[in-house]
Amino acid sequence: MLEVNRLHKVYDGHGRRVAAIGDLTFRVGDGELACVVGPSGCGKTTLLRTIAGLLRPTAGEVRIDGTLVTGPPPGLAVVFQEYGRSLFPWMRVADNVDLPLRAKHLGSDQRRHLVRDALAAVGLSDAHHAYPWQLSGGMQQRVAIARAIAYQPRVLLMDEPFAAVDAQTRADLEDLIRSVWRRLGVTLLFVTHDIDESVYLGQHVIMLSHAPTFVADELAIDLPDTRDQLTTRADPRFTTLRAHVYAQVQRAKRDVAGTGIASEPQHPDSR
Amino acid sequence: MTALAKRIGLMLGLPAVLFALWWFGSAGSTDFYRPPLQRILVAFKETWFGSRIVDDVLPSLARLAVGYAVAVAFGVALGTAIGLSPRLRALVEPVLEFLRAIPPPVVVPVLMLFAGIGDLMKVLVIVSGALWPVLLNTVEGVRAVDEILLDTSRSYGVRGLNRLRYTILPAASPQIFTGARQSLSIAIILMVISEMFAASSGLGFTVVQFQRGFQIPEMWSGVLLLGLLGVALAALFRLVEHRVLAWYHGQRQAHRSW
Repeated sequence: MLEVNRLHKVYDGHGRRVAAIGDLTFRVGDGELACVVGPSGCGKTTLLRTIAGLLRPTAGEVRIDGTLVTGPPPGLAVVFQEYGRSLFPWMRVADNVDLPLRAKHLGSDQRRHLVRDALAAVGLSDAHHAYPWQLSGGMQQRVAIARAIAYQPRVLLMDEPFAAVDAQTRADLEDLIRSVWRRLGVTLLFVTHDIDESVYLGQHVIMLSHAPTFVADELAIDLPDTRDQLTTRADPRFTTLRAHVYAQVQRAKRDVAGTGIASEPQHPDSR
Repeated sequence: MTALAKRIGLMLGLPAVLFALWWFGSAGSTDFYRPPLQRILVAFKETWFGSRIVDDVLPSLARLAVGYAVAVAFGVALGTAIGLSPRLRALVEPVLEFLRAIPPPVVVPVLMLFAGIGDLMKVLVIVSGALWPVLLNTVEGVRAVDEILLDTSRSYGVRGLNRLRYTILPAASPQIFTGARQSLSIAIILMVISEMFAASSGLGFTVVQFQRGFQIPEMWSGVLLLGLLGVALAALFRLVEHRVLAWYHGQRQAHRSW
């Protein structure tokens, strides 16, 4: 179980206080696939970095299986949007997947198996010896996903992992994520700005407001468990759910205009 | 094949022209201080292909190797520590700026007082000058490691020595190599300079001896040898760099072609 309780985050620097997260509370059950969606600049990345233990909250807490997160928790893996910057360019694909396992002090036999299985699961069995930069963007993101799979996390966080790949690759990767999630039984929190994607992937969609962020709405996705790019997206129920999420996100954007706060505040972390 | 021939032609073209100019320009020279190149080459063979290799060239190279190795090891270690700790950086930066600003040849007399006139002094002179480029570049390289890369490492529990070995140092290695290349040329210069003071062997010492003894062709041959040595060491350095940074050059090429 992943719990976010009354999370609050303020960036303080250069005489300017930026409240990124206002008051955020939600839960993701064991083995659940939840999507977080919100207008751009709504503090999604801040939220994800806080859950991953990479950032300290100003107030509130994150708990994973009841344990308070104070630093990167064991058994949690993150897939970042910027695959080009999260893969190690000096390591071959297999070594990239292997490094976290080495840090976990697993035996070399076990590591070899995990690396092989993970790369097979993402369809990259023949790329073991390539360098990441020799692969296309979609393939690089597959490597990052394979690295997360091999790590055998209990909780998997994904920060807009498909924002930088083309539409067709994106559809393939979405189906890959569904199949990986079902096979691993992992708790998955998927952050995205794409409303269709959140409805297509999730069992449960959490809609965020503009910054300072709170949960605008939560929605259970009652689509059949087996999803398919053609039939699911053509399902009238999909359209209804999508319209609901869309309306909520639009409202969140309008609110920001109403309050006179500049929309899309600069992410204080970005350099 | 023709591309390779073209590259070799380009590489050797200018040296060949300069050599020919020197050769023919100096051919009939009777000027005592500017002997014909032919005589210099004869002197080169007689001077350096004998006991001088063991007595002068090898000791020089040994001191260079030790001094350079110490400078690089020390520079990378210290640079990594400073690059990783903002507090340490704030503490030592003014001192480093001061020490770096001292021209290394001026420390030779000082070091002679403390370290005598033996090998130790010469190695220390090389270290005192060659340390800075690699140190400062390591600091910059370590500071500039991509944040996402560090986050990835942290969230996957890559800590301590693993973090240093698999994340920080490889990420900083292109910049470290830039520093190490500058350090190498400084080390060669300081190798010669350190031997011009109170030495009894070495390349710098020999060239000065020849000059004082009016053995002009031999003196020129020493200068020639130092030049060739510099070229050979630079080539060796490039070879090592291309092996270690193969990923870096490959990545840059991949980015350019997309």
